[in-house]
Amino acid sequence: MRDVAIIGIGETQIGELWDKSLRELGIEAGLKAIRDAGVSGEEVDMLYVGNMSAGKLINQEHVAPMIADYAGLDDVPAVRIESGGASGGMALAEGYISVASGLDDIVVVGGAEKMTDVNDEEAKKILSSTADQEWETVCGATFDSLHAMMARYHMNKYGTTKEQLAEVIVKNHSNASKNPNAQYPREIPKNFVMNAPMVSDPLGMFDCAPLSDGGAAVVLCPAEYVDSYKGEPVKILGAGHGADHIALHDRREIGSMKATRIAAEKAFEHSKISPKDIDLAEVHDNYSISEIVAIEDLGFFKKGEGGQATEDGRTALNSEVSINTSGGLKAKGQPVGAVGINQAIEATIQLRGDAGDRQVEDARYGLTHNVGGTGASAVVHIFERWSE
Amino acid sequence: MKTEEKVGIKSYAGYVPRYRIKPKEIGEVWGKDGENMGKGLRINSKSVPSPDEDVITIATQAARWAMERARIKGIDIGAIYVGSESHPYAVKPTATIVGAAIGATPLMTAADYEFACKAGTAGFQTCMGLVSSGMIKNGMAIGADTSQGAPGDALEYSAAAGGAAYIIGTEDILAEIKHTCSFTTDTPDFWRREGQKYPSHGGRFTGKPAYFKHITECTNNLMEESETVPDDYDYAVFHQPNGKFPAKVAKKLGFSKEQIDPGLLVTRIGNTYSGAVPLGLAATLDQTEPGDRILVTAYGSGAGCDSFDIEVTENIKKIKNDEVPTIQEVISDEEFIPYSIYAKFRRKIEGGH
Repeated sequence: MRDVAIIGIGETQIGELWDKSLRELGIEAGLKAIRDAGVSGEEVDMLYVGNMSAGKLINQEHVAPMIADYAGLDDVPAVRIESGGASGGMALAEGYISVASGLDDIVVVGGAEKMTDVNDEEAKKILSSTADQEWETVCGATFDSLHAMMARYHMNKYGTTKEQLAEVIVKNHSNASKNPNAQYPREIPKNFVMNAPMVSDPLGMFDCAPLSDGGAAVVLCPAEYVDSYKGEPVKILGAGHGADHIALHDRREIGSMKATRIAAEKAFEHSKISPKDIDLAEVHDNYSISEIVAIEDLGFFKKGEGGQATEDGRTALNSEVSINTSGGLKAKGQPVGAVGINQAIEATIQLRGDAGDRQVEDARYGLTHNVGGTGASAVVHIFERWSE
Repeated sequence: MKTEEKVGIKSYAGYVPRYRIKPKEIGEVWGKDGENMGKGLRINSKSVPSPDEDVITIATQAARWAMERARIKGIDIGAIYVGSESHPYAVKPTATIVGAAIGATPLMTAADYEFACKAGTAGFQTCMGLVSSGMIKNGMAIGADTSQGAPGDALEYSAAAGGAAYIIGTEDILAEIKHTCSFTTDTPDFWRREGQKYPSHGGRFTGKPAYFKHITECTNNLMEESETVPDDYDYAVFHQPNGKFPAKVAKKLGFSKEQIDPGLLVTRIGNTYSGAVPLGLAATLDQTEPGDRILVTAYGSGAGCDSFDIEVTENIKKIKNDEVPTIQEVISDEEFIPYSIYAKFRRKIEGGH
């Protein structure tokens, strides 16, 4: 296995981008990443695209060759990777494997989702389709209500409070206020979160990540070649996948995600570091409860203590471990298939020392955590600041 | 756009059905927090037409009051344009019925307009052209709606009824229309296809790329053409699908709360669609003095805007009389009804009469 580095990053603004199509989002992000890396189109060996549901959202399948074609990379083999909300992260893992294995040298991994061409209700249904259609959604469960069940379980079992859930959101909005690409780059007071209209008890409107349009891309190359390119490298130290039952009712317990625990365990083993070494982590906060469950399952805090740790400010910017410095899915935005790449971009920006007002001081190790469905798939990547 | 001849408003009046329903009442039926939704939309209540009211009756009442206010006879009206998206007939004009009701037929021209919520102001511009060219002496432009919102849809909290009529001419004008301009694009934010009972809408797409973009562009273009700035105006009226949008667009364009408040009726009567800007302008005219300047921008989905730069003349003092109610007087006559009565009035009960 060869060491692999990210040498180029590019992302679009995230938001309701009414005048941009999926292909435009993919091209914009891809070209930015290629320019940042300083590679030429002819050098690209492979393109992976994370995308959750273009077929339903914009009635377009086969999106990877389509984006490659319109980006002028029509000779580049392109494959779409789908794993629900983890599509972007899984695409990154594929790119990582293909470079590490020696099969490819320069690989572009992109992610894009165009969610606002359908109405809100339809988009919610499409998001819910990453749960078990035959046993969950057909019975009326939605993505919101399934996460609400996890929240209730966590509250009952560990004493997590609605205030603690709100603290996740307040923190992530505060971080997003320092991120120009965020969909909601503004701070919000806790009472906004607490008093927001109810979506699925106990989750209110602000406990849920938005529907977003956006594209993101990174360029990977073997660590040994980084000097040939102008892009400032960040090393991918390790990766790990995890899996679990697709339906919530089949899980042993729902206050934890087995897929996350396994993915983290593998990624840490692979990287030969431990959770306490991590300076910053982008975790899959599609709901407030998801972040609390994630920071426990990733090993940053003991099971059941995530809520209290958040309330105590232990996940704030430049605290014990800076969680979701970008603003996370909640405030930076949730263009589903791009999320995993957006996370890798934030880790790269931080480890390059380019994060400006949201910079984690002396950041050496970063982690990204991307979840599919309600936790049937998860992928964790660990990154390290480049050192000669 | 500017006419060569001085052109303006000779008279105006508005009518709004007296029945009201509160968002809380609607929300209770659908298991939603209607009170909170009302707060978000800044709508305290919306008007509801009674079973014997429609766009024709609303337009006729407004037209009669407008004629009475300026002592203009039906025979002197050379054109009637009724703008609405709830014309009672798919084929057969509202304008001919209103024309007959006010004694303006038969030697006249008449037509119905549809341009979502700005069909009324489209009639203003047509009448401006006809009177300034000398083709007719007086033209009547009416915007009126009994708008539709599907049961349980977000629109149900705002879709209301009402309308206003304007007589446009070149002599004895109480307010001069100094400039007008329009901004038109193909934007699918809100639509109702032939045969559909209720409209469809693009959710949040109706905001930024639709309402806000068009109003901002059209208003800025008007101010550029007329070489004015927000401070030159005493009042401003913007289309008001809810209370939030006009407040936000006004702020963005540099207009104050004080400038828009007199014409902001949506909080009390809901969104009267084609009637909204004509009613808001009428409520503003009710309290103006000679020399006051009003900026008006109507928005219609689909999408487009009409902006007007209006200056009140000395004649405003002459036409104000006690026989025609002000808009505030009209909307103060209100009776609150429960959802059950609303459902009956709006013919949402299958098999009911």
